[in-house]
Amino acid sequence: MSLLDDYAQISGNDVIAHLQQLAAPFHGARVVHVNSTRVGGGVAEILTKMIPLMQELGINASWEVITGESQFYECTKGMHNTLQGNQIHLSDKLLGVYERTNAENAEALRESLTEADFVFIHDPQPAALLQHFPNRKGKWIWRCHIDASHPYRPVWKYLRKFIVPYDASIFSLAAFAHELPHPIYLIPPSIDPLSDKNIELEPGAVRQVYEKYTLDPERPLILQVSRFDRFKDPIGVIEAYQLAKKYLPSLQLVLAGGEATDDPEGGVVLGEVQEAAYGDPDINILLLPSDAHLEINALQRAADIVLQKSIREGFGLTVTEAMWKGKPVIGGDVGGIRLQVINHHTGFLASTPEGAALRIRYLLYQPAKIREMGEKARVFVRDNFLITRHLREYLALMVALLYESQDRIELSCSSLNQEIRDL
Amino acid sequence: MTTLDAAPTGTASESENRPGPFFIKDCALVALATGRRARMLQEFRNEITQIDESSIYHHYWGGLLQARFEEREFNNDFAAWIRHGIHDAMLAERLAALDPTDFADLDLLRHEIIELIDMRLDECESLLWMRATQQFEFIRSQIIVFDTERCLQQPAELASTIEQFSTSSIFYHFIDARRRTQHRCDDFSDWLAGFGTQFNGLRKHIAGIDPYFGSLAELRIQLAQLFQTYFQEPVHEPAG
Repeated sequence: MSLLDDYAQISGNDVIAHLQQLAAPFHGARVVHVNSTRVGGGVAEILTKMIPLMQELGINASWEVITGESQFYECTKGMHNTLQGNQIHLSDKLLGVYERTNAENAEALRESLTEADFVFIHDPQPAALLQHFPNRKGKWIWRCHIDASHPYRPVWKYLRKFIVPYDASIFSLAAFAHELPHPIYLIPPSIDPLSDKNIELEPGAVRQVYEKYTLDPERPLILQVSRFDRFKDPIGVIEAYQLAKKYLPSLQLVLAGGEATDDPEGGVVLGEVQEAAYGDPDINILLLPSDAHLEINALQRAADIVLQKSIREGFGLTVTEAMWKGKPVIGGDVGGIRLQVINHHTGFLASTPEGAALRIRYLLYQPAKIREMGEKARVFVRDNFLITRHLREYLALMVALLYESQDRIELSCSSLNQEIRDL
Repeated sequence: MTTLDAAPTGTASESENRPGPFFIKDCALVALATGRRARMLQEFRNEITQIDESSIYHHYWGGLLQARFEEREFNNDFAAWIRHGIHDAMLAERLAALDPTDFADLDLLRHEIIELIDMRLDECESLLWMRATQQFEFIRSQIIVFDTERCLQQPAELASTIEQFSTSSIFYHFIDARRRTQHRCDDFSDWLAGFGTQFNGLRKHIAGIDPYFGSLAELRIQLAQLFQTYFQEPVHEPAG
């Protein structure tokens, strides 16, 4: 059974047939994705399946990862935070490391990227590669996964000069987009329903996490899965739990944080979270390795309600994952969470710990609502936020880029093949 | 669903007046940021005067192919924002009542939107300085249309094939068609009109399906039930 057959069982045969038709003109086309980590974080998770899916559709797709020293990651983490609004000064020394690392990686990737028909550069880390490819053959697209709606201006100004020469950009939401002199596409990210993090589990796997972390399956459980990062507001989650616990004394909280190789700040925030949770045996803080996908999956299935109380968020794939497992989500009223959490339908948006606590109480008071909203959430994700929809939009974008000024593109395979040959 | 008459057999003269095959097409839509935003009604009005027609298309129709929650309160994004961003129910309801198929082109629709906003600003001065709780982001779309290399020769084939149409194909033939066809109708009705009066009853029932509130999958079910009943095919529950 092929990978596409597996996805057809979840998304439907018509969705796969549609992908095959859109991909037909790109048979043999070279498409390269570039990011900065092969494990940890939403981008790596998407690319892990996007590449084999593209390959099965006949596209010559590949994935390159740039590498750097610790100062490079320190710089790019700073860029990530400043694009999300933190006012952090990045020294000339760090920016020098950033540019030098991109130059070194450009040499290593020269042949692959020069000859590619389409190059997708993910996030700021490899954004400066393009300037080293004056003889590039294909279309280059910068894919921003971050909520860059209110960036720290000096850093955006610095990065912008690297992004301007791209053929197009992609942002997850219109609110994140910036004025750039090329087409700016809007494509929400997605989850992979067949990955370890989202695949259906046997009941035994869920029981195991209860036992492993001494959680009581008879008592209500709320969960937040995300890196220990201030923008995810783990302290706010603890406050919401503490407020709700006054009315629900049996409440349990799990804060499960993953590790990412490009996030040097996580340890500091983890210390603050441990301090805030000190003395409460019903708060479980888990620092999970980046490959603990099955365990995260089981935790999400074990939870009654999932929280994602971010104060800034790109899209919030942990929200999508929880909804896919039929859980209502109480999420921060920011970024892509707004696109997924529909008040009273798939969960609730909350702006404060008090608001989140109120919704925890509301849902746990009426379990039938939890089931009803969870089912709506699952259908909403199936129709809109699975990787098959994401891939369809990448393919559509690739076509659109070949005819970039037209609003309506009527094509036949032969006309498109000619456009690709002309690249 | 209303009971339907069985498919009539055409008169000799109508049989001779047959249109060509129905070519099944499919489409994909990509959304683009325009960089235009509005935080106040006056600002929104001014942007409406300038935005590209493809943006009006997106906010009325194109968005149906984009990620959105299916239980839509309003049939277009403008009305939804006026209700939930500006919190003016009256203007939202008036904008929701606009049917783009009533206008010969999107520019005329644009002028009617502006007219309704101006009328409301005259009625309620405070709307001039009221700030929206969420800004409106103007988006536009590019639509990519491609052949599926499948076609129908006879209307009765609709009954057995409609369930195999992708949801985006339903979008193209049932919603997008209203922008393309001479009579601002869906492609099925347009094709059936080519057979003379023979399928007028079916066309009337197709016109009774509201394209704005259900999901595309639900529209496909409604069309399948209609065609199968009309042509007396067994009704199947489609997958997905």
